[in-house]
Amino acid sequence: MDFAAVASYVAVAPTHFLVVSLLLFALGLVAVLSRRNAIGILMGVELMLNAVNIAFVTFDRVYGPHVLAGQVFAVFVITVAAAEAVVGLALILAVYRSRATVAVDELNELKG
Amino acid sequence: MNIESWIYTIAFYGLAGLALLGALGVIWLKNLFHAGLSLILALFAVAGLFILLGCEFLAGVQVLIYVGAIAVLLLFAVMLTQRIAFQQILRVFSRAALVAVPVMVALFAVVMLVALKAEAPAMQAFPTESFVGPLAAALLSTYLLPFEVVSLLLLGALVGAIILARKEED
Repeated sequence: MDFAAVASYVAVAPTHFLVVSLLLFALGLVAVLSRRNAIGILMGVELMLNAVNIAFVTFDRVYGPHVLAGQVFAVFVITVAAAEAVVGLALILAVYRSRATVAVDELNELKG
Repeated sequence: MNIESWIYTIAFYGLAGLALLGALGVIWLKNLFHAGLSLILALFAVAGLFILLGCEFLAGVQVLIYVGAIAVLLLFAVMLTQRIAFQQILRVFSRAALVAVPVMVALFAVVMLVALKAEAPAMQAFPTESFVGPLAAALLSTYLLPFEVVSLLLLGALVGAIILARKEED
């Protein structure tokens, strides 16, 4: 299946993609702010990074086929997201081992 | 509108709806394992959006790395830190949840206000050949330095994760 040929029909304006990206970012932000479990917060961060990727790729498509910066930086964002998830989960497991909880509002030892 | 435009439009709204539905699930589902599955749904839908944008390589990377690695890792962490069988979740949301919704609405309103004033961009014509070759050339020429830096970052994250997650026994 030739995806490029399928996608050569651009029936949706880039603004639509950008609005989806904005909504996804906002929902990810709500997940980050409202979840009590640290892993849920990480899930929200992944959603926000995905929203940014959609915006990157959309602008890559807007500014012509010869400027590949949007796609290249989407690849970098995915790589950094992988690194972030790995280190974040290692931290969460270490916290769980010492405190037996991953609820962020119970980790308040530094509170005066 | 011809039939291809109809298919494209329907696919776009379907995938966008699935992505937003998955994101809502990440926020609302009480069981964190279900929230993780909902996240996977959103990630798949975003991969579909990448295909609609003509970036099939990124769609493949999205499925391989996000769905295949990150989401599975998150689900593993959920299973390691929660006793699924005897799970009793007292509170899903933290106190900051009261702030979250106004923050989201404010963010959405501000960006939309700015965006409505800007001139709407138009998509360039899609090239018929694949992006993969030019993408590889760009990664190894123009973006060689960030490429190498990100490989160092991955190495550092790998070593750091092993040190952090290791059991403390000396």
